Amino acid sequence: MWLFLGSECLLFGGLISTYMLYRGRVADGPHPDQIYDIPFTSVSSFVLLMSSLTMVLAVSSAKRKDDARTNLWLIVTAILGATFVGGQVYEYTTFVREGLKLDTSLFGSSFYVLTGFHGLHVSVGVIMLLATAGIIKKNRITGDKPEVVELVGLYWHFVDIVWIVIFTLIYLIPA
Amino acid sequence: MAIIIKTTSNSQSLGAMRRPVHTTGWKQWVFTVDHKKIGIMYGVVALVFFIIAGVEALLIRLQLSMPDGKVLSADMYNQMFTMHATTMVFLFAMPMAASFANYLLPLQIGARDVAFPRLNALSFWLFLTGGLILNASWFLGGAADGGWFMYAPNSGPVFSPSNGVDFWVLGLQIAGVASLLGAINLIVTVLNMRAPGMTFMRMPVFTWMILVVQFLLVFSLPVITVALVLLMFQRSFGATFFDVSQGADPLLWQHLFWIFGHPEVYVLILPGFGIISEVLPTFSRKPLFGYPFVVFSGASIGLLGFGVWAHHMFASGLGPVSVAVFSVSTMAIAIPTGIKIFNWLLTMWGGKIWYTAAMKFAVGLVVLFTIGGLSGVTHAVAPSDTQQTDTYYIVAHFHYVLFGGMVFGLFAGFYYWWPKVFGKMLNEKLGTWNFWLMVIGTNMTFGPMHILGLQGQPRRMYIWTEARAGEGFFNFGFWNLFASVGSFVLAVGVLFFLINIVYTARKGTVAPLDPWDARTLEWLTTSPPKEHNFDRIPVVHHLDQFFHMKYEEDEATHSMKQIAQGEDLVRNEEAHADAHIHMPSPSYWPFVMALGVGILGMGVIYGVPVMVVGAAVVLLSTFGWVLEPATASESDFDSPSDDGHTKEITSFV
Repeated sequence: MWLFLGSECLLFGGLISTYMLYRGRVADGPHPDQIYDIPFTSVSSFVLLMSSLTMVLAVSSAKRKDDARTNLWLIVTAILGATFVGGQVYEYTTFVREGLKLDTSLFGSSFYVLTGFHGLHVSVGVIMLLATAGIIKKNRITGDKPEVVELVGLYWHFVDIVWIVIFTLIYLIPA
Repeated sequence: MAIIIKTTSNSQSLGAMRRPVHTTGWKQWVFTVDHKKIGIMYGVVALVFFIIAGVEALLIRLQLSMPDGKVLSADMYNQMFTMHATTMVFLFAMPMAASFANYLLPLQIGARDVAFPRLNALSFWLFLTGGLILNASWFLGGAADGGWFMYAPNSGPVFSPSNGVDFWVLGLQIAGVASLLGAINLIVTVLNMRAPGMTFMRMPVFTWMILVVQFLLVFSLPVITVALVLLMFQRSFGATFFDVSQGADPLLWQHLFWIFGHPEVYVLILPGFGIISEVLPTFSRKPLFGYPFVVFSGASIGLLGFGVWAHHMFASGLGPVSVAVFSVSTMAIAIPTGIKIFNWLLTMWGGKIWYTAAMKFAVGLVVLFTIGGLSGVTHAVAPSDTQQTDTYYIVAHFHYVLFGGMVFGLFAGFYYWWPKVFGKMLNEKLGTWNFWLMVIGTNMTFGPMHILGLQGQPRRMYIWTEARAGEGFFNFGFWNLFASVGSFVLAVGVLFFLINIVYTARKGTVAPLDPWDARTLEWLTTSPPKEHNFDRIPVVHHLDQFFHMKYEEDEATHSMKQIAQGEDLVRNEEAHADAHIHMPSPSYWPFVMALGVGILGMGVIYGVPVMVVGAAVVLLSTFGWVLEPATASESDFDSPSDDGHTKEITSFV
């Protein structure tokens, strides 16, 4: 998992670099300063951050062999993650209505591909969390259960850390 | 594919398919998770792609053999050189190295398989899927034609409207995922599954070089993935990343591509270096000179390889500071490479040389790679590179290092390890013909390109005319014809190898288990190895453990005297075999998932409904994979011999 996450760092690094290069290039359409809703995105970032906390609680419950609690926290994490994705979907539809699409400008293309990839990773994570909870419920884990939850946790924390970097660089630092 | 509800349960299953157990027929290959079978499949497919890419090269050389060539139109020519390079790099060289690594690495470290056997199978099937998608372009509207480095904006939808580039982008993304998963697998295998006593500095050099390559892949593949994704979004979904009218920077693609592209060339050559680091000591009857230096220089080449990428961009307008910095770092990287050359030479110096075909190819690598390396050093000097770039001088350089280096290394590996893998010895006489034709062919084809390049013949030029061909010694016409003839000599050399394979399959001598009196653990097995590799996991006390099991230092004369033969050692292992050996069971899911990924990829070109189907197959196969029972049954697949006699040698071919 660490190796995979290492390669993902390079992947997001490339996408973030592309965004940083192109963030101000708006031949057409809205400029970042005009379109970002920082308060809204801050709330959804907070939701994602809290999901990392609940993930830690899930891992801790797994280590204590408390399956019921583990599943509870896994599901809560998944719900928070899904909320974050929901927030992204809302943000995207708002931006499209305000005139920023994938093909509008370099800023538009870079924004959607970067955050879209991140959103995709969160979505895959949500599926993993729910699947893990389901497999624990059905008692189908053959290996080391705490380790499995810990690996899922590593992935989830990575996705969260990437978001912290993205949020800071693209929303908080003015273009 | 129906979900079967199992009523019996040795693993509390709910709706999971049973695991396949086939040991014969095509199903033993399609569902296998055995690293040896996967290695062989990689090798066969890579060899087929080698021939395809070779034919593409011969067509190029035919076109350039005469003035006003009529063999290929300009458009076809572009497709030909793009696909030749792409196929050679991604569908031959990398997978052939994967073939060697998959087969040999677990054996060299005393393991029974890799860390994640199903993932290993998935890597192979994804590679095949990617390769097929890439080459499907030939039949579905024309192949990619932007050069293997596919510079954008030229490769964007405006200047490359046919689907060729789309197939290229998709095929490579899929093959890239295959390599990434393989890299993770092999790193975890080396970190966790070495035999007891095998510290890092007791690992064979081949294993070390493969390990370095896997780290290079983990960190370089994502960067080309970004480039491919950006291009894919531009071409298929309307994004503007390379749209200069919107303000896009043409250098974005170049940087992203070459940050991958440079480590990639070390990915290509290090396996060859690893192979000859095994072959040269064996056939010099001497240990490798300076093992720690060879290991550390390999690791430094890997690390430094990330710091030189812009030497591919010296003529792109980077500015003098960047150019100077990259020029210096490129010169620096010649140092660890040079160290290796000296270590190999000193390994042979004073040794008792046994000139088998494998040894010939290994020596060939040392000589030819050095020639290629010398031209490489001239490219590092940015002012001279400004003249050389985009000329045939560069083509000469990289073909000497890639063909003379990588391919010769692979051929050394073929001749060296064929007895172990297939239980038969490749014919030495045919091997000698193979070698000499390839050496002569390589030099005839690529040697003149140094001259052609410095005299001004540009790359990617589909035609040349008599009027502009120059005079005397430097006449383009003469040297182009010479090179083209050379390429056919080379092709005949390769043909001898293929003939050797068929001959060996039919009439080859059966191989003993240790034909070369070798040094490393993969030889402490039958030829071919049993399914579980080792009857008993060896305990390692030395570098070149197998050698030390056969030879001991004589206190009186301080020379090595033989205390055992390979056969005795393997028989001894059989006598002490482990009672219960559990091997991972075959599985349907890697094959199915790769199919799903292929459908998903094609959907990017042919429409969202296809993507949805592909995604569904991938999602379902993920669940199938995770939920399938751990093993098919409790029985061992190949119980060790329990009557003391060595098992009969069988052969696969």
